[in-house]
Amino acid sequence: MTSNQYVIDEPDKMTFRVNRRTLVDEAVLEAERRRIFDTCWIYVGHDSELAAPGDFRTRTICGRPLIFCRGADGAVKALLNSCRHRAALVCRESAGNAKRHVCFYHGWVYDADGNLTIVPGKESYPPNFDQSKFGLTSVPRLESYRDFWFVNFDKNAMPLVDYLAGAKEYIDLVVDQSPSGKMHLIQGTQEYDIAANWKLLVENSFDDYHLLSTHATWLKYIKDAGVEFQAPEAGHLLPSHGVGIDLGNGHAVIDNVNFRGRPVARWIPIYGEESKPEIAVIRDELVERLGADRAARVADTNRNLVIFPNLVINDGSSVTIRAFHPLAVDRMRVTAWALGPTEESETARARRLDSFLTFYGPGGFATPDDVEALECVQAGLKTWREIEWSELSRGINKTGEQLNTDELHLRAFWRQWARHMGNDVAAAAAQ
Amino acid sequence: MTVSRGEVEDFLYREAALLDEWRLDEWLDLLTEDAVYRIPPNDQPQGEIGNTLFTIADDIARIKARIVRLKSRNAHAEFPHSRTRRMISNVRILEQDDHTVTLAANFVIYRFRRNEDIRQYVGTYHFKLAKAASDLKIAERIVRLDALELASLGSVSFIL
Ligand code: FES
Ligand SMILES: [Fe+2]
Repeated sequence: MTSNQYVIDEPDKMTFRVNRRTLVDEAVLEAERRRIFDTCWIYVGHDSELAAPGDFRTRTICGRPLIFCRGADGAVKALLNSCRHRAALVCRESAGNAKRHVCFYHGWVYDADGNLTIVPGKESYPPNFDQSKFGLTSVPRLESYRDFWFVNFDKNAMPLVDYLAGAKEYIDLVVDQSPSGKMHLIQGTQEYDIAANWKLLVENSFDDYHLLSTHATWLKYIKDAGVEFQAPEAGHLLPSHGVGIDLGNGHAVIDNVNFRGRPVARWIPIYGEESKPEIAVIRDELVERLGADRAARVADTNRNLVIFPNLVINDGSSVTIRAFHPLAVDRMRVTAWALGPTEESETARARRLDSFLTFYGPGGFATPDDVEALECVQAGLKTWREIEWSELSRGINKTGEQLNTDELHLRAFWRQWARHMGNDVAAAAAQ
Repeated sequence: MTVSRGEVEDFLYREAALLDEWRLDEWLDLLTEDAVYRIPPNDQPQGEIGNTLFTIADDIARIKARIVRLKSRNAHAEFPHSRTRRMISNVRILEQDDHTVTLAANFVIYRFRRNEDIRQYVGTYHFKLAKAASDLKIAERIVRLDALELASLGSVSFIL
């Protein structure tokens, strides 16, 4: 049990409630920035985005401008994008390859590793000015797991591999789709705002309770396209069996038997008759390499994984990485990418991308309705003074497994949130 | 037959009116049976569908499905339908032969929804029109947005 003033977690009373103030209060957001975003491992980018030495991407992570880059020595770096002279942004392009980054304000020049190489008019600095100490500052910690790079602004944070806990196995299931164990981040970024608190997207990303009602038009689309579903089992809402699993440290997943097709590797009519043989070959390769059981786990389940606090990896109709950061208490910026096996054929890559768009993204058949749902929640939250609590108790009385349409996985997130925020959220905000 | 810019403009204005009035079945009649509708991602406006994650990449089957969806009251992002108003200008015929007209045009689409700020979608249309017996039909409809990221434009939940 992990209650604080905003999360009532009383399993013995079959009660789990979240105070709606957590979704509207600026002070809570400030506390989250310090206690969660500045102490947790936060996704910054994928290794394949930096193919060559000098490649860089500029990103805003936890409110800070960063240069995510590969140095001349080939090592991945995350540098604070702020001039050591008087703070200007040094790199103003979103991506590229550079041997050097020039701060245009007074002309300080840094190399691809962030070392300060040129200081115009250096003679005027006093003798104690040590140029070698003025390289671009690295984030306190930068670590990766299977090519997913994370930063941490707390230099004392636990190692990333420990932090990821049970989420590691679910990342493995994604990466195991690639025969070489190398996934590739596909070009084309979907970057959009949702006028809602960031935690609402955490909940939504693996809340299968909303599928039937929010995504009725998507279900109709895939049904009309010839995808067959079974009637739900007794006591279930959805056509296939799915469970919610707490992976530790606030990470959680829904792990569902696939009914909606997978580029790797379960054919559905939307992919077209002509794609059947290639999907069969992809499937055979998986079985050969991983054995029948693990191949089935990779290819016959859909998994929506939340890595605390703000990373979602959905491995279903395609693989999508989605990271989001609060811009305000009622607004977030979402960035979403598609990921595929590096060695995927052109036809398989095209199929993966097409499949992505059936459901996901700002022009997909489902995501816009999720956005609308979250914005409706945020609008409804204006009543937080009168209606204090949101109800997250689905499945709490069950002893065995909990379904994807239950809320065990949402509770896992909120429990970790409460652990980080401590008992006095207001005091944390004042820090 | 040679098509003039005036004829192309008339066609674009008719299309814009149908979309602004949500007469989606009639809009569908303006498309060929193998039409495509695509919106490349904001950061790769010249990307190709085979190797780039688009915002929208519909073939005719998905265009039809999109219309079925948009006409449903369960298309929550567009229920009630937003009001839109399209301004089209700078129309240019880039190429034409006996079968096809390739055109470019600029657009601004204002989108209004209750209790929401106005959204302004600004960009270019790049169409291929097929010269049918007595009319023009849209064979390829590529919409490029100028915004560097969607950001406050949010979703693209109506037809741009
Ligand atoms: S702020 Fe960069 S050179 Fe002065
Ligand atoms: Fe959803």
